[in-house]
Amino acid sequence: MSLLQVEGLGISFGGVKAVNDVSFALDTGRIVSVIGPNGAGKTTLFNMISGVYLPKSGKVLLDGEDVTGLRPDLLAGRGMSRTFQNLQIFHEMSVLENVIVGFHMHERGPVLSDLLGLPGSRRRSRAAAEGARVLLERVGLERAAEREAGALSYGALKRLEIARALAAGPRVLLLDEPAAGCNAVETEEIDRLICEVARTGVAILLVEHDMKLVMRLSDTIVVLDHGEKIAEGDPAVVSRNPKVIEAYLGAGTTEALHAHG
Amino acid sequence: MRLSSKQSTLLVLAALMIISPFFFPSNYYYRVGSLVFVNAIAVVGIVILTGYAGQISLGHAGFVGIGGYACALLPVHLGVPPALAVVLGAVLSGAVAYGVGRPILRLKGYYLAVASLGFGVLVAMVLANEGWLTGGPDGIKVPDPGLRALLESLGITLTNPQFWYAFCGLVLFVGAWLALNLHDSPTGRALRALHGSEVAARTAGVDVAKAKLNAFVISAVYASVAGSLLALQNRLITPDVAGFMHSIELVTMAVLGGAGSVLGGIFGAALLTLLPQVLTVLQDYEHVVLGLVMMLVMIFLPAGLIPSARRLLRGRGE
Repeated sequence: MSLLQVEGLGISFGGVKAVNDVSFALDTGRIVSVIGPNGAGKTTLFNMISGVYLPKSGKVLLDGEDVTGLRPDLLAGRGMSRTFQNLQIFHEMSVLENVIVGFHMHERGPVLSDLLGLPGSRRRSRAAAEGARVLLERVGLERAAEREAGALSYGALKRLEIARALAAGPRVLLLDEPAAGCNAVETEEIDRLICEVARTGVAILLVEHDMKLVMRLSDTIVVLDHGEKIAEGDPAVVSRNPKVIEAYLGAGTTEALHAHG
Repeated sequence: MRLSSKQSTLLVLAALMIISPFFFPSNYYYRVGSLVFVNAIAVVGIVILTGYAGQISLGHAGFVGIGGYACALLPVHLGVPPALAVVLGAVLSGAVAYGVGRPILRLKGYYLAVASLGFGVLVAMVLANEGWLTGGPDGIKVPDPGLRALLESLGITLTNPQFWYAFCGLVLFVGAWLALNLHDSPTGRALRALHGSEVAARTAGVDVAKAKLNAFVISAVYASVAGSLLALQNRLITPDVAGFMHSIELVTMAVLGGAGSVLGGIFGAALLTLLPQVLTVLQDYEHVVLGLVMMLVMIFLPAGLIPSARRLLRGRGE
């Protein structure tokens, strides 16, 4: 039994099937990437797995338990965490606070204790702050800890989101285009970070347009086109699959595949 | 040692409260001061709801009304001491906020603003129309809590305005302290996080509906306590404290001073309480000037007065 199993997941918007009958599995410490042309349904699939959308058909199993359509905060409690394609940063809060929020499930306690600033409340906050500093160091943002998050560069924000997602201590981490809009150096950093995280035993599901990154990192690639899974396998096999090349030809991004190929 | 922003805020607040009376030419100014404090208490609640959590209530005066009338009615009808009536009023307000907020806050968007607006109007109408109980539009007398007499028996003699200045100031100080504790606590961080991005807060494990409900209930209790203090010091309460205009005033005070900051909210409350006193000179134009001031602040200092000023100072310091 795999850690995360997606079985026949499907959803329609206004009669159009955005995702149809997609299945795959993800194991501890592995990296599975979902690729496909724009509009193939990658982010929609992500939103269904992470509880943002309620799928019309199919199931999501986490450690064998049905978690389909479970609220994101409850999913987080079960060990699923994610980042967002369009950054979702708490701009008005400091970099450190952004990551501390990731520890919410560990640091939350009685509201009254927080209002009165009781020692228990302060202890919880302190522990979360310490954990957050360790994570900031891990993503190379320790020197920006006290800065307002809104002031960071795009690449730094991407890493900040990953740090926040890691704070929850996930078993499954969903990364939605972590390298989008990043320059070569930033992409390099994110590449290294993802490998490191996978090595610690976190199962990673990745949506990414940067094919070099995908080919280098992935253990398995799932290819979507028009909401359907058209191929699945290791990078070498998938990149030679005629259906995949065809799908990308249509979208005009073959050079990326060939570049690797 | 460097002061934390919480300590410095409380220090500034305490200093202003203690130093101001030395410049008061007459007893009347104590009364204005305690009115500032009463409004500020309610506004600190709005800071938690709107500034921290980003939720808008257009009916918070309803809770001011509940707190105020609790002090008028409970001692007379149930024989409860007025001091206890303040607590019971707060509990009732909290419970009502829970009942109103629970179904509403599960929905996204501006439902809270609309629902709270309806709630506030409802409270004001009941208070105005149920004359047999509430005295109707003319209001109702509020019994003396006897706290000043208690102090006198301990050898501390204060005039009535002085006593209320000190007492409301103390309550405001405690209210500010609680709000500042909350700001940097797990609960407060969750509120500020969902203000920034609900979907991200949710993904981090924040139960967004519950967190918003917490903020709504807490802010209702602040409003209720403010209403109680207003009733007790005026010895009279009228339905217009629960009115729509008062709700708007409270939100405006918070936004004007800077909704995200406790000190900003208090400053906004002070400004909008004092301005009409000063502007009586211009009587007919009072609302015009008030509106103009607000428009200018919103255009040029959208974060509110205190946060904008802070940013300016920090910018110079670097």
